[in-house]
Amino acid sequence: MIELENIAYSYGGGELLSDVSLKLSPGSFHFLTGPSGSGKTTFLKLCYGALVPTAGRAELFGKEVREMDRDDHAMARRRIGVVHQDCQFLDHLPVADNVALPLTVAGRDDLEQVSNLKELMHWVGLGNKASALPPELSGGERQRAALARAVIMSPDVVLADEPTGNVDWDMSQRLLRLLIELNRMGKTIMIATHDLNLIRAAKAQKVQARVLRIANRKVQLAGADL
Amino acid sequence: MGQSIKLFIVGDVYRDRVVPPSGITARLTGFAAAAMAFLAVFALALSLASGRLAARWGDELARSSTLRISAPAGQMADQTAAAIRVLETTPGVADARALSSDEQRALLEPWFGPELPVESLPIPQLIEILETEEGYDAAGLRLRLQAEVPGAVLDDHTRWRKPLEQAAARLRLLGIVAVLLIGATTAAMITLAAQAALAANAQVISVLRLIGAQDSYIAQAFVRRFTLRALAGALVGTVAGGAAVFLLPSAQEEGGFLTGLGFQGAAWLLPLLIVPLAGMVAFFATRAAARRTLRGLD
Repeated sequence: MIELENIAYSYGGGELLSDVSLKLSPGSFHFLTGPSGSGKTTFLKLCYGALVPTAGRAELFGKEVREMDRDDHAMARRRIGVVHQDCQFLDHLPVADNVALPLTVAGRDDLEQVSNLKELMHWVGLGNKASALPPELSGGERQRAALARAVIMSPDVVLADEPTGNVDWDMSQRLLRLLIELNRMGKTIMIATHDLNLIRAAKAQKVQARVLRIANRKVQLAGADL
Repeated sequence: MGQSIKLFIVGDVYRDRVVPPSGITARLTGFAAAAMAFLAVFALALSLASGRLAARWGDELARSSTLRISAPAGQMADQTAAAIRVLETTPGVADARALSSDEQRALLEPWFGPELPVESLPIPQLIEILETEEGYDAAGLRLRLQAEVPGAVLDDHTRWRKPLEQAAARLRLLGIVAVLLIGATTAAMITLAAQAALAANAQVISVLRLIGAQDSYIAQAFVRRFTLRALAGALVGTVAGGAAVFLLPSAQEEGGFLTGLGFQGAAWLLPLLIVPLAGMVAFFATRAAARRTLRGLD
């Protein structure tokens, strides 16, 4: 699915990641931890092909990223839902249209979009915000809208970068529950977070998750699986 | 291919909406296309009028010549009659007639004013020669006239016709160059506007790429918008330009070339080509700009 083999990534003359290997298998759940600036976001970008490793080999769905053209990358993105901390939207479109955007970009049928969309908007608790514009949403609502957008194509993998960074504890629990629910549907999940309480909360919900830690440019197993 | 063209013409309500509502660049594109189409109508009219003028000058001057007879007053009538006889027996001359005093007075009126007493002035007698399709042998005629009418000078208009035809042909070329320059300027302006719009929408492009949009999808959203803007602007400019040309004073002899600037008959349909041409220019200019900009936005 996503396989990184001895990859390194350098930027501006400095090496941010070195000799990192990881294989995301179907249905797995990973937490990626580490202090701010340790390279969590860079690592996630390497996982979905937004960055190309300066050394080593990265494969997305069986294709080496260096051999992928722009269309290959676009197709891979449709199988990987990404939630950024600073979730960006098309501010001139209502939230529902933003959430449905991956379907429209992929040219999916209109009726299918509508039926999926309503269900999904309720699932993330934004049923009453469908016609609002993104700037009118709170931080938590934006995170949930971004999550809905990330999963509407029913991707194989969901990568979330600090999805609870801008929300209160209750909201972070709600987002975590949504991600756990997706994992129980068979989706591969990776959450980059510096919030260890979130990991503990997942443990409390008996999630089979692996915790990785970035330290000294390496990605290490932080301890026993949860 | 056919499906792509249909999609482009009919549009896709979702794709069209991903680009934020028209900004100043899109409005400027419409305005620029309108202004350029307006100018293109005039350049086209200039080119066509020059073509007509060249043809008219060529036709009028090519089929006629003038014989000028300078002789003492007492011999003028005899020499004129002798010249007419020579001309009537010259192959290739369809008609030859001496201009009357009134006609000669009319020719001199622009310089000397009305009621010039031409009868009392030593003015040469002019004979107008009309040629047949085949024309006559100017060199042979000159030799015969030299022998039989010593005071006759034949002017076959060659020295007038060539520079006039050249001038008209260059005016026509100028009109064509102006149309081409207008097209190139339109392409340049639309390219700049499209690049500005794409740069201003870097966040939109980033979001679309994040969710798996192919560059062709993103480009087409911009291309369609700019092409439609250019088409609408060009339509307005062409109609306004056509109306302005239509309202120009009609062609009169006194006005000469300037009042003859316009379209005649089926040529009125030619400005309509400006609209689809402007659309094509906008389409290719925006597509090239979009591809270039998207390649640079990694």
